[in-house]
Amino acid sequence: MGRYVARRLIYLFVVLFAVSAITFGLMHAVPGGPFDKEKALPAEIIRNLEKRYHLDEPLLNQYLRYVKEVFVPEFSTTKFSSNFEDDALFKFKIGGVYVKWMNFGPSYASRSRTVNDIFRQQLPISIQLGLMALLVAIIIGMPLGIIAALKQNTIFDYISMSVAIFGVSVPVIILGPVLIWIFAVTLKWLPATGWGSKPPYLLGFLPTSMGWNFFKYAIMPPVALGLASSAIIARLTRASLLQVVREDYVRTARAKGLQERLVITRHALKNSLIPVVTILGPMFAALVTGTFVTETVFGIPGMGKYFVISITNRDYPVIMGTILLYAVFLVIANLIVDILYAYLDPRIRYD
Amino acid sequence: MADLLTVQGLETRFRTREGMVHAVNGVSFALREGETLGIVGESGCGKSVSVLSMLRLIPTPPGKVVAGSAIYQGKDLLKMTDEEIRQIRGSQISMVFQDPMTSFNPVLTIGRQVAEPLEIHQGYNRAMAYERAAEMLNMVGIPRAKERLGDYPHQFSGGMRQRVMIAMALICTPQILIADEPTTALDVTIQAQIVELVKRLRDELGMAIIWITHDLGIIAGLADRVNVMYGGYIIEEAPVKELYTNPQHPYTIGLLNSLPRMDETDHRRLASIDGLPPVLLEKPGYCPFAPRCHLAVERCWNENPSLLRVGDQHTTACWVDPGTGRERQ
Ligand SMILES: Nc1ncnc2c1ncn2[C@@H]1O[C@H](COP(=O)(O)OP(=O)(O)OP(=O)(O)O)[C@@H](O)[C@H]1O
Ligand SMILES: [Mg+2]
Repeated sequence: MGRYVARRLIYLFVVLFAVSAITFGLMHAVPGGPFDKEKALPAEIIRNLEKRYHLDEPLLNQYLRYVKEVFVPEFSTTKFSSNFEDDALFKFKIGGVYVKWMNFGPSYASRSRTVNDIFRQQLPISIQLGLMALLVAIIIGMPLGIIAALKQNTIFDYISMSVAIFGVSVPVIILGPVLIWIFAVTLKWLPATGWGSKPPYLLGFLPTSMGWNFFKYAIMPPVALGLASSAIIARLTRASLLQVVREDYVRTARAKGLQERLVITRHALKNSLIPVVTILGPMFAALVTGTFVTETVFGIPGMGKYFVISITNRDYPVIMGTILLYAVFLVIANLIVDILYAYLDPRIRYD
Repeated sequence: MADLLTVQGLETRFRTREGMVHAVNGVSFALREGETLGIVGESGCGKSVSVLSMLRLIPTPPGKVVAGSAIYQGKDLLKMTDEEIRQIRGSQISMVFQDPMTSFNPVLTIGRQVAEPLEIHQGYNRAMAYERAAEMLNMVGIPRAKERLGDYPHQFSGGMRQRVMIAMALICTPQILIADEPTTALDVTIQAQIVELVKRLRDELGMAIIWITHDLGIIAGLADRVNVMYGGYIIEEAPVKELYTNPQHPYTIGLLNSLPRMDETDHRRLASIDGLPPVLLEKPGYCPFAPRCHLAVERCWNENPSLLRVGDQHTTACWVDPGTGRERQ
């Protein structure tokens, strides 16, 4: 298993190179640049800006410079400055040597900030939102699917599947305001907007305190974001469990005289979760990267806004950084799923 | 010997898209203590459905047992509460299924699955149940049984898996073992080993066996009596020797003729029975075998025969005496 994980991590780097090259190429192929706004700047200033950000160099040079800044660690005997050129996601000191690694560059649009600042301050919030949404999706989706399957073609099945269809068909942009209107405006139980965690974060993304002050902000947005996914999980769980209860080994379990409860919990559920687990990886990645609307509706200072705006602004470093990061997410999420998969199904062995 | 299980008029149907499938149409038989009863017949004739109906393991819907009784120890299995039948399954009446690959749960260890009946029926704790499971695996011929308790089903070969399945079925020393084509999915050499194993276990444990197969050859040396099924009916019933030497139903004769024989010196082609098994969408008013029967007379098309006594312990559902080709008197 260890070797398998190592191999997958090497593969991750290959993916990142491919993604970075393609994104870089596409980004520069699209007409327009970071500094042509509606209110045109004087040519002189644009030239200076482009020089400052090395945009006047050949594309290949720009790309190699980017790759070097991001992937190659830099060493120095003196402390790095706090200028954007010396910014990095990882800065530390080993035996008198200063090391910095992964400088994703400055944001062209918000000039006081670097991409790393966005990663440090906005990204954790989006991850928290995505994780909570995934949790909501699982907590709502799996029981609904299980009930629907066990009570197939009864009123419970119909109600569960109606809830699921409702879930997929109501977009966040409607569900969000409705939730706010009910729980914030009318009942006044929850705050309408905002988010309850601030840097520093545990492991770079977990909130340090998880009390009510965190959760009161983290109920409606994850529900709004995760409901559609919960519907997908519910339908998949239902289909999978319905398939599994027809399997021979479930009949064997009954023939052994197991209580119906044990037949389901011990012999059917674990098997039926295998296909459900496989979609959790891509689903998590989609939730973390798809937070834009939710963050906008609930006024959450997350990453979604930067990602979307960076594209219209041609904010090259932010585009590159976020897309690379999302690629990392996708690969890591799928890796975790594969590991879970091997845990659930002993027939699967890596190496 | 006393009857252990008496099945009377068992009738099971499936509601399908094509219509009502009459899978079992009034099957009656008795199983005596310690006896081995063979049930033979070609695919789809209702062998599995009849025994699954007894244990109430038919998927409902689409299936439903619409009539009949199955008396075991003075109580009707078909009328018991769910809890009562559950306590009988796996402890007093056990099953071994055809496909040892799909009949085990792929995500649970063999030890867990083999020990399970002891835990639920006899209140063993996990450690004791595992110890007994290892003994049982040893008994069915699994080498290094104790170490293999932690293995998963896919780590065993087909034949080994079927041995494990037998161990699992016998771990509570049931009165009745129902084996539903336990050798069909296996290699011929392995088939013989499994049959030998079951014979040995029968002698050691003394359970009665219902052995389902579509291969008359296999049960020749195993069964005491044989029921031949066709189209959801039992069409002949006789002690095994009697059935082989004096078959009375044209279908049984056809089955026997399709067996390869050791004593045959000329390599003549094996006979097959012409025609297809019946579609069970309706209960015919005629003999279900008549469309494929070369001996059929007019009466066969007008009246479905019930079992007629033709010998001491021999009954058959046929209007015609295959010896003379004329209607029985
Ligand atoms: N779940 C089901 N739904 C619909 N029809 C069924 C179902 N199970 C069995 N049947 C029908 O019942 C009939 C008898 O099936 P059964 O499984 O008892 O045959 P069998 O004699 O055991 O054959 P085989 O040798 O192939 O195991 C078949 O015609 C089959 O189509
Ligand atoms: Mg069968």
